[in-house]
Amino acid sequence: MVSSSPAGARWLPKLVVAPSFVLSFLFIYGLIAWNGYLSLSASRLLPNYEFVGLEQYVRLFDNERFHVALVNMGIFGTLFIGGSMALGLLLAILLDQKIRAEGLLRTIYLYPMAISFIVTGTAWKWILNPGLGLEHLVQQWGFENFSFGWLVDPEMAIYCVAIAGVWQSAGFVMALFLAGLRGIDDSIIKAAQVDGASLPLIYWRIVIPTLRPVFFSTLMVVSHLAIKSFDLVMALTAGGPGFATDLPATFMYAMAFSRGQIGLGAASATVMLATVAAIVVPYLYSELRAKR
Amino acid sequence: MSRHAMQRALLWALLLLFAAWFLTPLYVMLTTSLKDMDQVRAGSLLSLPTSPSLEAWARAWSSACTGTDCGGLKPFFMNSVLMVVPAVLVSTAIGSVNGYVLSKWRFRGSETMFALMLFGVFMPMQVVLLPMSQVLGWLGIASSIWGLILVHVVAGIPSTTLFFRNYYVGLPDELIKAAMLDGAGFWKIFTRIVLPLSTPILVVTLIWQFTNIWNDFLYGVVFSGADSKPVTVGLNNLANTSSSVKEYNVDMAAALIAALPTLFVYVVAGKYFVRGLTAGAVKG
Repeated sequence: MVSSSPAGARWLPKLVVAPSFVLSFLFIYGLIAWNGYLSLSASRLLPNYEFVGLEQYVRLFDNERFHVALVNMGIFGTLFIGGSMALGLLLAILLDQKIRAEGLLRTIYLYPMAISFIVTGTAWKWILNPGLGLEHLVQQWGFENFSFGWLVDPEMAIYCVAIAGVWQSAGFVMALFLAGLRGIDDSIIKAAQVDGASLPLIYWRIVIPTLRPVFFSTLMVVSHLAIKSFDLVMALTAGGPGFATDLPATFMYAMAFSRGQIGLGAASATVMLATVAAIVVPYLYSELRAKR
Repeated sequence: MSRHAMQRALLWALLLLFAAWFLTPLYVMLTTSLKDMDQVRAGSLLSLPTSPSLEAWARAWSSACTGTDCGGLKPFFMNSVLMVVPAVLVSTAIGSVNGYVLSKWRFRGSETMFALMLFGVFMPMQVVLLPMSQVLGWLGIASSIWGLILVHVVAGIPSTTLFFRNYYVGLPDELIKAAMLDGAGFWKIFTRIVLPLSTPILVVTLIWQFTNIWNDFLYGVVFSGADSKPVTVGLNNLANTSSSVKEYNVDMAAALIAALPTLFVYVVAGKYFVRGLTAGAVKG
C-alpha cells in the first residue's frame, strides 16, 4: 500500500471509486432493503406500500407450490451438490495420474461450464424426450419394453434436472480440485508409496484430507449455485409438469412476473437471500480474516 | 497383464467413459441439427445424419418461430452482441480502476467497503429483480437494451473489482513508490505502469464477463422488451414454442448458434476461462 502522498492524491482515489461504489451499494443493499420492504407490504399485481407485517411470509409458507419448491430444492440440492462434488473429485483424481492427454480430457470435461444452462437444458430436453430420445434409442437396441418418461413424470422430473445439472457443473468442481491437487507436494505421496501404501489408501488418508480448504470453498460455491438455479429448470421443464419441478428461484419468477403476486415473490426472494447469506457470509468472513 | 497395466487400462476406460458422457449432448446437438425431420423421427439419437444439410441451421437463424414471431434467432443474437460489448468493456474498466485503488491507494474504510461489496458476487439476484424493474422504469430504460447493459454493468462490478484487486495486490508497491518519486500522479501511474502489467487479468476478466453476460437468462427474461431480448431468451422461446410439429433439428441448431460465441472463446482461450472460474470461486 502506498501512503503519504501529495495533497491532491489524498482525495482523488476516493473520488474515483465513489460513483461505482455508491452504485453497487445501492444496487446490493439498497435493493435488498427495498425488496425486504415489498415482502412486508400488501403488494399484489402492483407494488403497494401498505405495511402488513409478516402476512406475505405466512401466505408463503402456507402455499403448497412453495412447499413443492422447497422439497425440490432439497432433492435437487442434495443430488446436485453431492453428485458434482463426488464426480468432480473423482475426475480430478483420475486426471492426476499423469495422463498423456490430460489437456484434451480436461477441455472435454469442462466445456459444459462455458455454455448457457438454457442451451444445455434445450439439449437435455431432446435427449430425455420420451418417445424420440434416449427411450427410442434403447428400444432400437432391442429392449423394446424400455421406457424412460422421467421428464414428463411429476415424481421423477426433478431427477432429470439434477442429471443435467451435474453434467454441467462436475467439470467445474474438477477444475477446482485439480488446482488443489497440483498444490500438494509430490514428495509426500512418494514417501507413502515407499512405505508400501496403495494408491487409493494414499488418496483417502493423505491427499483428500489435505484438500480440506478446497473442499470447503467448492462446497460453498456449488451450494450457492444450487440455491440460485433457475435457467436449467426453465429450459428443461419450465417448472412443469404442473409445478412439479419448481425451485424457489422459478417460484419467485412465476409469482413476481406472471402471477401478479409481487409481495409473495419478494418474500420468497428474501427467503433465498437468507439461505445464501447463511452459507456465504461465514465463508467470506473467514476468507477475509485469513488474509490479514 | 501385469497389475500396473490393468490399473492403467481401468483408468483409461473410466476417463474415456466420462469423456463420452460429457460429449454426448454436444454430439447429439450437432448430428440432430444436420438431419431433416424424417431422419430425426426414423433414425436414433446417436445415428449419423444420412444426408447432412444445413437447412435446420438456416431456419434457426432466420425463419424459425419464437412465439408468434417468425424471424429466427438472428435479431436476438444481434441484441446479445449489442448488449455484451458495452457491458463487458464498461464493467471491466470500472473493475480495473476500483481494483487499483483498493490495492494501491487504500484509505480508511476501503477494506470494509471491499468486504461489503464481495457479498454482491454471491447474492441471489432474485432479490433485486422487483425493485430493479421499478428503477429501470423511472430511468426510462425499462425493456430496452440500455436497461440490460446497466444491470449487467452494475451486477458485474463486484466480480471485476475482486479480480483486479486480487491481481494488483501482487504487484510490488515499490513500483508505485518509485513512480511517485519521479513525480507521476494517480492516473499516470495507472496508465503507464499498472495497465501495461495487467494483460493477464484483463483477459481473464473480459472472458469471465463475456461468458456470464452472454449466457445470462434471468435478467434477459425479466428486463427485456419485445425488441431487446437476448439470444438465450430467444432460444428458450424458440424451443418452447408449441406448434403441431416439434422440429428438434431446428431447436438443436438454434442451441448451437446460441452456444457458439462462448464455445469459441473457451476453445481459443480455455486457460484464461479456467482461471476466471477458479478466481471467482476461491478468493485467491
